[in-house]
Amino acid sequence: MFVSLNWLKNYVDIDGLSAEDLAERITKSGIEVEGLERFASVSTNVVVGYVESCEKHPNADKLSLCQVSIGEETYQIICGAPNIAQGQKVAVAKPGAVLPGNFKIKKTKLRGSESNGMICSLQELGVEEKFVPKEFASGIFVFPEDTEVGADVTELLNLDDIIIELGLTPNRSDALSMLGVAYEVAAILDVPIRLPHTNYHSSEETAAQHIGVKVEATEQNPYYGAFIIKDIKIAPSPLWMRNYLMAAGIRPINNVVDITNYVLLEYGQPLHAFDYDKFDSQEVVVRMANDGEKIVTLDDQERTLSSEHLVITNGKKPVALAGVMGGADTEVSDQTTTILLEAAYFDGQTVRKAAKAFDLRSEASNRFEKGVDPNRVRKAGEKACQLLEKYADATVLDGIVEFDQLDYSEKMVTIWTSKINDRLGTAISNDVVADILRKLHFNYEQDDETFTVYAPTRRQDIVIFEDMLEEVARIYGYDNLPFTLPGGGGAQVGGLTKQQQLKRHVKRFLEGAGLSETVTYSLTNKERVTQLVSPEVAEALVSAVSLSMPMSEEHSTLRLSILPEMLSSVAYNLARKQTNLAYYELGSIFISKEQEVTKQPEEKLRLAGVLTGEWNHHPWQQEKKTVDFFVVKGVLEALFASLNVQVIFTQAKVEGMHPGRTAQLFLNNHAIGFAGQLHPQLQKSYDLKDTFVFDIDFDIFFHFTKMNQVLLQFHVILV
Amino acid sequence: MKDQLQVLEKEALQKIEDADSLKELQDVRVAYLGKKGPITEVLKGMGGKLSKEERPVIGELANTVRGNVAEALNRKKADIEAVELEKQLAEETIDVTLPGRPVPTGGPHLLTSIVEEIEDLFIGMGFEVREGPEVETDYYNFEALNLPKGHPARDMQDSFYITEDILLRTHTSPVQARTMNMIKGERPVKMICPGKVYRRDTDDATHSHQFTQIEGLYVDKHVQMSDLKGGVLDRFAKQMFGEDREIRLRPSFFPFTEPSVEMDISCKVCHGKGCSVCKKTGWIEILGAGMVHPRVLEMAGYDPDIYSGFAFGMGPERIAMLKYGVDDIRHFYTNDIRFLKQYHQA
Repeated sequence: MFVSLNWLKNYVDIDGLSAEDLAERITKSGIEVEGLERFASVSTNVVVGYVESCEKHPNADKLSLCQVSIGEETYQIICGAPNIAQGQKVAVAKPGAVLPGNFKIKKTKLRGSESNGMICSLQELGVEEKFVPKEFASGIFVFPEDTEVGADVTELLNLDDIIIELGLTPNRSDALSMLGVAYEVAAILDVPIRLPHTNYHSSEETAAQHIGVKVEATEQNPYYGAFIIKDIKIAPSPLWMRNYLMAAGIRPINNVVDITNYVLLEYGQPLHAFDYDKFDSQEVVVRMANDGEKIVTLDDQERTLSSEHLVITNGKKPVALAGVMGGADTEVSDQTTTILLEAAYFDGQTVRKAAKAFDLRSEASNRFEKGVDPNRVRKAGEKACQLLEKYADATVLDGIVEFDQLDYSEKMVTIWTSKINDRLGTAISNDVVADILRKLHFNYEQDDETFTVYAPTRRQDIVIFEDMLEEVARIYGYDNLPFTLPGGGGAQVGGLTKQQQLKRHVKRFLEGAGLSETVTYSLTNKERVTQLVSPEVAEALVSAVSLSMPMSEEHSTLRLSILPEMLSSVAYNLARKQTNLAYYELGSIFISKEQEVTKQPEEKLRLAGVLTGEWNHHPWQQEKKTVDFFVVKGVLEALFASLNVQVIFTQAKVEGMHPGRTAQLFLNNHAIGFAGQLHPQLQKSYDLKDTFVFDIDFDIFFHFTKMNQVLLQFHVILV
Repeated sequence: MKDQLQVLEKEALQKIEDADSLKELQDVRVAYLGKKGPITEVLKGMGGKLSKEERPVIGELANTVRGNVAEALNRKKADIEAVELEKQLAEETIDVTLPGRPVPTGGPHLLTSIVEEIEDLFIGMGFEVREGPEVETDYYNFEALNLPKGHPARDMQDSFYITEDILLRTHTSPVQARTMNMIKGERPVKMICPGKVYRRDTDDATHSHQFTQIEGLYVDKHVQMSDLKGGVLDRFAKQMFGEDREIRLRPSFFPFTEPSVEMDISCKVCHGKGCSVCKKTGWIEILGAGMVHPRVLEMAGYDPDIYSGFAFGMGPERIAMLKYGVDDIRHFYTNDIRFLKQYHQA
C-alpha cells in the first residue's frame, strides 16, 4: 500500500513530524514501512504558463514557436511536443530551472530562433511513465483551464509529496485504505481523526424505478447496493484527484473511473460502474455461474466459468465476475451518460478462488479476499455519488436498491488487565488499558479490570483475547516490555540426541580426514534421479517422488542419491580450475513405496562422498598421490573403526560405476551402500576426471555403532 | 726397568694425543695395553730380573702407567666421538623454512557451522534439538499451525506440492506441531528444530527454493512475552552478534503466533544511526517470533488457559550473510571449494 502523506494529512495532523520519524513510529507500533520516497524529484522554477500563441517553427517541421505568459512576463519558447496548442495552460521551466536528473534549463537558440525555457511533460518533471495519463503520455501535460497562471507547478502537481510504502501482513487489510491508515496513525500518535463526508443531493426520480436487485447466492454476496447516476459528463477528473491516484500508483483515466478508484483507496471498498444503457435489463441478479458459462471480461479475454464462481448478471447473462473484473459488454466509455454503480460485499474465499483461477489479482480482488469493512460498503457508494455529482456534473437518483443480509455487528472481546500483564510480563494499570482503547477508537465497557471491547468492523482481524493482547502490546510499545528470564521449566537441561551426536561425530571425523562438507539441493531432475542409486535403495524403492507443479525440470524430483548433485558441484569446481576435491554430504533421500504417492515417502539419511584429483601433493619431497579406490576405502575404514562397526567390502557391480573397481558394503549382513570409481561414461557426461564416490546408509550406524560403549582393551586397576 | 716404563708411558700418551680417529686409538690400545704389548712384556720379565724388594714397586708403577694410558684412551675416544657426531649432525642439516608436508584438511559447510553454533547456544539455554520430515502433510505444515485451507496467509509461503495433501515443508514449524502432539500436553516443551525447507521462489541473490530454518518453541505454565524478549531473543542477539547489540521488537503477523513480532538488531556498522547496510533505519531484521496462538496449543492438546508459550524462527543463511558478508544466497548451494574453505574456521 502506497500512502501519500499529503493525502493522509486530510484526515490526521502529522505536521509536527518528519516523514522519517512518522515512518519509524508506524514501523515500531503498527505496520512495517518498507519504503519512503518522494513522489518525484524536486524541480525548481517551474510555473504554470499560458500559451498565448503557437506557430510552426519557420525552420523546423516538428517544432512549434510559442509565446508563453507566466504572468508579468512572456517568454518565447520552442516546443517539440505534438500536443502543444494555443490557449493551453502548461508547465514552464524558466531559464535557471533545475529539473530532475540535475537538468539545468538555459536560454538557447534552436534552428535560428531563441528559446527561453522549456514546456515540460510529466515525465520531465520526474513522474514515472506508467502513472502518466494516456493523453499526456507522449507529449506535454496540460493543466485544467481554471489553473492560475504563474502558480508553482511542484505544489500544483503534488510533486513534493512523500510516499510511504507499507508492507502489509495479511491480518492488516484494514490498512488497505487511507481511512484505515489514518486510524492507525491516529492511534500511534494519539491525534484526532477527521472523517470525510458523503452527503449529496438527490433527485425526485428514484433508482428503484430503473433497477431491481435479486441475490441468489446470499452466502457469497450478503450485501448488494445499486445506485443509478445519470447525466454524467465524462471528463478528466480534478487535478488533486489525479495527483493522489498517481501518488498511490494508479494511472488516472477519466472522472468516473478515477472516482471509483479514489473511493477504493480512501475507503478500501471496491466499486464497479456499469454503463446502464448497455446493461440490457432492469434487474441485477447475483448468482453462482453455471459450469461452462462464458463471459468476456474488461481485458477482452473470454473466460469460461464454473459453479465455484460468483457472477453479476442482468438476469440473462453474466455482466461481471463478482469482485474480480467487470464484463466488456457493459464497460463505461466516453459516451456513457448513465451508470449503475455497484457497492457490494463479496465473500473473500469466493473472490480468491476466481482471482486465482483466472490469474486476475487486482486492487479490488485483493481487498475482497481479505475482507472489506461491512460498515463502509454503502458509505463508499455514497461517497462516489458525491464525487460524481461534483466532478461529473451528474444527477444521483434517490435511494439505494439493496439486498442486505450483511452482519454489521462488532465482535465482542473480553480482556482483563491481570491476564494482559500475565501474558506480557508487564505491570500496566486499568487506566493504561483504557487509554490504549481510546487511542484505537475501540468502544468498550469497563468493570474494574474487565474490559468488554467491541472491535470495530474495520478490524476484522480482532476476534479473540490474544488479538486484543497484541493491540494493547503494540500501542503500549514493545520497547516498554521488560527483559525477564523464564522461570519453572527454564531449568530443563537441553542437549543433542544420540543420533544428533553421531551426526556431528561423523562430520568432524570426515573433516579431520580431509573432506569438505557440501550442501546440495534435494530437488533434482528426472535424469539424475535415476543415477547412482545404491542397490539396497533400488530394492526398497517403488517410485521416485515428483512435484505436481515444478518450477523447472531442473528441480522437479526428490533425490534418491545425494551423489548426482554433488557430481554437478564437482564439475562446477573443475570448470573453475579447482581440480583436487574431497567432498562429503550428509542428507536425506526420499523413497516412495507406492506407484502413486498417497503418503509421505520414507526419508533416509545417507552419507555420500566424492573424491577426485590429488589426495596429497608435496613438491619439495617429490611426493604426489592421486585419489584411488584405496584412499576412499582407507577413509571409510578409519570412520568405521571410530564407530566401532565391522564393515565388509565385496566386489560388486553397480550401474554407473566402474565394473572392476566397485565394492558393495555390508554391515552385520545388511547391504549399506557402495564405494568405488565412477564409470568412465557417466564421468564423461558430467565432464569429470577420474572420480571416486561412496554412498552409505547413515541410520544403520545408529543401530549398530558401539561408539559410546567403553571397550577396555587394557584393564586398568585404579586403587 | 722403571725408566723403561716411564718411556713407554710417554710414548703411548703421545700417540694417543696424535690419534685423530677411533681406529688409530684402537691401534694404540692394542699396541700398549694388549696381551703382547710392551707394558705386559715388562711385567712378565720382572720375575727374573728384579729383587724381592723392587718387585712391588715396579709392579705398582706398571699398573699406574697402564691406568694412565687407559684413561687417556677413554678421554680421547670421547673427544673423537663428539667431533664425529657433530660432523654427522652438520651433514644432516635441513632447511626448516621449507613448507611442511600437507595433511589433507576439510571442514564443515558454513551453514552447518552457523546451525551448530545456534544449536549450542540454545542447548545452553535448556532447549532440546528436534528434527522431522522434509516432506510433510498439509495438516502439520499448515492446518495444525492455524493455517486452514484457503487462508490468505498461505500465500506468504508458496509451496511445492506433491499431492493435494503432501508437500515439501515450507518451514520447520511442523516439527513443533508434531512434538507437541506427541507429548499431548502432558509436560512443557522447550525445543528448537533446524532443517531444510522449500518454497516456490525463483533462485536469485536473495531467494532460494531451498533454504535452512531454525525455529524454537517454549510452552509451559506462565510463559510471558517478556521472557521471550529477555530470556531468549536478547541473549541470542548478544551471543550471536556481540554484547553491544540492542534488539527491538515490532509488530508483525504469523498465523501461528499472537501477538507476533519481528526482531531487529541494531546495525553493527552505524550503531543505530542509519547507514547503507541497514538501509538507513539503524536496524537489521533478524527473526520472527511471537506468543503461540491458542488455537495451535489447543490443536496440539495443550489447554491454552493453563499453558502459554512463545515461538521464534530464523534463517541461518540470512544470519550467515549478515555475519560473514555473504552477498548472494546461491553461494551456499554452489559448493565452490574456494567459498567453502574460507569458512572452515567459522
